[in-house]
Amino acid sequence: MTHASRRAVGLALTSLTGLAAFLMVAMLALILLDVIANGASHVTWTFLSQPPSDGMMGGGIFPAIIGTAALTLLMTLAVMPVGVLTAVYLHEYAPPNSRFARWVRVAVVNLAGVPSIVFGLFGLGFFILFVGKGMDRMLGHEELYWAQPGILWASLTLAVLTLPVVIVSTEEALRAVPMDHRTASLALGATQSQTLARVVLPGALPGILTGAVLAISRGAGEVAPILFTGAAYFLPDLPSRLNSQFMHLGYHTYVLATQSPDVEATRPLLYATVLVLLLLTFALNLVAVIIRTRTRRKAAGAH
Amino acid sequence: MDRQAVMQQGLAETIPVPRLSPEARRRQLREKAIAGFITLMAFTGIAALVLILVFVAKEALALFTEAEARHEASLSKMFLPQVVRQNRPPAFVWQPVSGVPKVSMIPLFIGTLKTTAVSMLVAVPVGVFGALYAAEFAPRRLRELLKPVIELLAGIPSVVLGFFALMVMATFLQDTLGLNTRLNAVVAGLGLALAIVPVIFTVAEDSLTAVPRSYREASLALGATPWETAWKVVLPAAAPGILAACVLGFGRAIGETMIILMASGNAAIVSANLGDSVRSLSATIAAEMGEVVVGSTHYSLLFFIGVQLFLFTFVLNMLASTWTKRVVKKLTGSAS
Repeated sequence: MTHASRRAVGLALTSLTGLAAFLMVAMLALILLDVIANGASHVTWTFLSQPPSDGMMGGGIFPAIIGTAALTLLMTLAVMPVGVLTAVYLHEYAPPNSRFARWVRVAVVNLAGVPSIVFGLFGLGFFILFVGKGMDRMLGHEELYWAQPGILWASLTLAVLTLPVVIVSTEEALRAVPMDHRTASLALGATQSQTLARVVLPGALPGILTGAVLAISRGAGEVAPILFTGAAYFLPDLPSRLNSQFMHLGYHTYVLATQSPDVEATRPLLYATVLVLLLLTFALNLVAVIIRTRTRRKAAGAH
Repeated sequence: MDRQAVMQQGLAETIPVPRLSPEARRRQLREKAIAGFITLMAFTGIAALVLILVFVAKEALALFTEAEARHEASLSKMFLPQVVRQNRPPAFVWQPVSGVPKVSMIPLFIGTLKTTAVSMLVAVPVGVFGALYAAEFAPRRLRELLKPVIELLAGIPSVVLGFFALMVMATFLQDTLGLNTRLNAVVAGLGLALAIVPVIFTVAEDSLTAVPRSYREASLALGATPWETAWKVVLPAAAPGILAACVLGFGRAIGETMIILMASGNAAIVSANLGDSVRSLSATIAAEMGEVVVGSTHYSLLFFIGVQLFLFTFVLNMLASTWTKRVVKKLTGSAS
């Protein structure tokens, strides 16, 4: 083959790779455009502030928004301390070539790959039927109190699911804190924990926030783990106790899309719900991307 | 007193042990306590993984310990063809709620395999080629734009992808392909592809960019075109990483629930036709767990499916992480 023809073949195949990249962007644009075009007109203040009515064929999604927010808030409270401290152990405290640290890493990688529906089974089997039942017995509840699906168990299930996200981004953030900062602090007589609390963690804060935001975005969108651990089909009341069930944007989407008696009547509601859910997760992801690029640029500038 | 003891005493006298003030000792103790607490926290990850397996398996255990459950759902009933109706050849049927429960898991395996196959068939070329473009050919600006966009795609909740497959793709595909059923393995598989393309892209792109520049420069200096360099030098060098990307995507596809639950039609049909409705392992758990009696054979069966999903993805993940480590070791080893 002559050089010119090799070049031509190469160019053709190169444009094929470009096409693949374009296809991914195009699918994203298609989904966004479809959801915005069909949903935007229906996202009104009444839609955002009213509970569903007329057998899910009217009204809004207020309880679902509050339910999702409460769920992710509880999840964040549970996952952040554990995730951040695990990353701190892996990056700051583990002795070099520590076998325990290696095991933790293997576990985290595998935890990230466990199917979300299995987390749902775990939440049911562990939190509700084991922990919840045990608490009921210890606290002397005659009826089911903790041993039933509720927002606490759902949020803890999601916390286990998002643990790898937090650990990975926190570790990346810790890696970006220059070694000099630590040695300088130690040389000034600070102990390891003082260095951690006053130098390393503040330096890594943007990255840790990125992890939190990513975890929230992941947790807000997951439906499979909360199917049996607390999500409710229809519940006009807001969750008031840790063991109450709740409505959820993702679960509401699933219900509207698959269990509606009249598909055409619920279509605008469905699209509007999806639009709100997408805006929420995209806004969170965008925040994470922005924080991360900014810190990366800063880290690159520091060296 | 023998000589050794005397010598040791002498040594101890010549090297005085620094005496810590009570405050310094307290500080040391506090540091130890904090380090211990942090180490304890790090144990959570391991504990979570073990607890998941233990508690999902615990609920499935009844299938092997209780006589009634063992009779109703023995391993042969789950995996071998059974005579369902008289005078008909033995078949695989999943009908756990009926007078005589039929608990063959083969239709569910076939469903999972069909949707996974369709999604991999689309997602692997698109993901790997897209990664090749981003790593080798794209101008720098475009690459910096492409990566966040793919991250956004990865950030779409799977229930939204399921909704999109159900509402938009299903209608479009039925019109263009003329399939009999609106919801089928093709629709679910394509919806699934949307979820796993970002996974494959990200991991593949990472391992492609890990290939040292010297590889490319050497290849170009020998007269290879940019495409030949990318295809015959960079891609083979990153091969284990690419393989890991595909395996991770495969694992994600097996376990993905909401997309398949919404877009596959959920009929447990044994056939080779991709246009038929399918019921996957994961969707079966999601669809049936809500109505099952806690402690029944059916309930244990659903947890047993969960154990299988856990084990499949566990093995796939271990394979993928071994391969990614290999590519990093190989490339950094030969580059330095």
